[in-house]
Amino acid sequence: MHINEQFELKAKEAIHKKGAIGPDVDLSTFDPTPSPHFEMVDDDLRNLPREEQERLLMAGLDVTEKERGGTFLQMNDHAVHCHSSQEGIEVLSIQKALAEQPWVRDYYWKLADVGADKYTAAAQLGLHDGYVIRSLPGSKSVYPVQACLYMHKDGMQQNVHNIIVAEEDSELHIISGCATAPHLKRGLHVGISEFFVKKNAKLTFTMIHNWAEEVMVRPRSVARVEEGGLFINNYISMKPVRSVQMYPTTHLVGEDAVARFYSIVVGSPGSEYDLGGRIFLKAKGTRAEIVARAISNGGKMIARGHLIGEVPEIKAHLECKGLLLNGGLIHAIPELEGHVDGVEMSHEAAVGKIAQEEISYLMSRGLNEEEATSTIVRGFLSVDIPGLPPQLQAEIDRVIEESDKDVM
Amino acid sequence: MLKIEDLQVKLGEKEILKHIDLEINPGETHILFGPNGSGKTSLLMTIMGYPQYEVVSGKIMFKGEDITHMPIDERAKLGIGMSYQRPPTINGLKTRQMVELCAGGEINEAALARQVNFEEFLDRDVNAGFSGGEIKRSELLQLMAQKPDLMLFDEPESGVDMENITLVGNIIAELLEKHLHPSRGRSKMQAKADRTKMGLIITHTGFILDYVSADKGQVLYNGKLSCVSNPREILNCVGDTGYEECVRCISMNNLS
Repeated sequence: MHINEQFELKAKEAIHKKGAIGPDVDLSTFDPTPSPHFEMVDDDLRNLPREEQERLLMAGLDVTEKERGGTFLQMNDHAVHCHSSQEGIEVLSIQKALAEQPWVRDYYWKLADVGADKYTAAAQLGLHDGYVIRSLPGSKSVYPVQACLYMHKDGMQQNVHNIIVAEEDSELHIISGCATAPHLKRGLHVGISEFFVKKNAKLTFTMIHNWAEEVMVRPRSVARVEEGGLFINNYISMKPVRSVQMYPTTHLVGEDAVARFYSIVVGSPGSEYDLGGRIFLKAKGTRAEIVARAISNGGKMIARGHLIGEVPEIKAHLECKGLLLNGGLIHAIPELEGHVDGVEMSHEAAVGKIAQEEISYLMSRGLNEEEATSTIVRGFLSVDIPGLPPQLQAEIDRVIEESDKDVM
Repeated sequence: MLKIEDLQVKLGEKEILKHIDLEINPGETHILFGPNGSGKTSLLMTIMGYPQYEVVSGKIMFKGEDITHMPIDERAKLGIGMSYQRPPTINGLKTRQMVELCAGGEINEAALARQVNFEEFLDRDVNAGFSGGEIKRSELLQLMAQKPDLMLFDEPESGVDMENITLVGNIIAELLEKHLHPSRGRSKMQAKADRTKMGLIITHTGFILDYVSADKGQVLYNGKLSCVSNPREILNCVGDTGYEECVRCISMNNLS
């Protein structure tokens, strides 16, 4: 049987299968019908209404493409703009790649399970588009590739599958944003991502979510990191959203492979987040770190983290800090699993409010109470991410800075 | 001018300051002595305006305004600043940013930091993992940017190593405009009139007196300001006989 038929079969079996965790989504209330195809050249991007450009920029996509190594933009169900401006870096739409580049089949559904739940099933049975980004062996990207999955049609369901491959000794930086048009209220985003970090490769992946109040989001992602590879995965979501549930998994399979997850999330009233990261340490000398900062100003947030040490001489740390600003709920669930002697694993979790002592201290330097509070919140959200290129760090700082007013 | 009249303060249920009277005129620096737990830090925190220090009676006047119930930030804006003994850590806020906040705008942080030998700490989070001495230099750096008119120092020399003690002493003297000495064409009276900065310094060791000339020394004992005298005299007396004896002795002298 052809491999794709097998995927179809497995997917069909899973179409009613609820997700392992998180609130269920009724797929029948969203519209997955594709819209007419069109493409956008550089000028089209730059001529988008200012309001939309701003939405894209808040999700990390700069239409001027300044200091970007490539761009992928998907509108609703298909890619409208896709190119690379760096040698050794390929940026393709997955529909095109599956049709024209046989090698992509070696990675498609290799890590993620098509039969996991109804969301993975939907991404197989009704795949719209997505991106394939690959750095060729030995190539070093100077600027990050920017990718954005944009939802424009109210009430739509967007099914995406992304494949990211950092070949041996290469370095790849990606800033991947998701955003909705200003008028869009309701929608469902299903996104499969499979990451392959080969021997001694370095991949940084910064995901910025910028949704609307009635949007449901169900990403499913799995990564595999080989010997000496480094995978940095950042996640930022500070705008209201109805529900996000994701639990990305990383397998460190080669010696001295490293994975670092950083997430910065703000939960507004009516928002529900169930987030986490799971890292399997399967080879000697592997390292893993999960750092989460969650602020709830009325939202419900579950912050999970699960580290699994399967062999000796591994090191893993989990850190989750939650700040309750205005009611809401933060539930930290850190898990450590050591399967053999000689693992070194730790976690720290703290949930609380801003210390009055810190507010008073800043007030005695001349800040009013509101300024003092927002200064402390901004500090809480600022996380130094080792190994992140400065322009990406600046991008994160900018998003935090701009979202600051919404947080308070 | 700072003028405190018949101030009574409670922390929780406990009365911690009893009938305090204190007056610091422009250009004056006072030294506050007293054993641990006598209420020295509480007095500073009350002047700064920490709300948990509840003023039961009496009042605090500064620059002619009644600030008894004024919020902390308004007191800071009016010109009161404090160098803390154990300030909190502010995670994610760089010392560089803090200095800028103190200045209320752009400032050359590096040049300022150089003066207190603190440049290498500018990119570290405020007070995060700082040693006792590093905290003191960080506090001074913040005051240098803030430039308050009344400065409250809570044991500014404790924990500072020998190498930095001169530095700390000289910086405090500079903050308090002690350099405005009588010089050519200016009498002692004029120099003193030029000096407007006021200081209230808590010290146990008295090291600070080697660098900062103080106008008065006061002993706070059991929540009461018990005596006013020359700070050197108080220091010697406490060193010889201890606080209790010292308070009794000086009180009697003051009475006679």
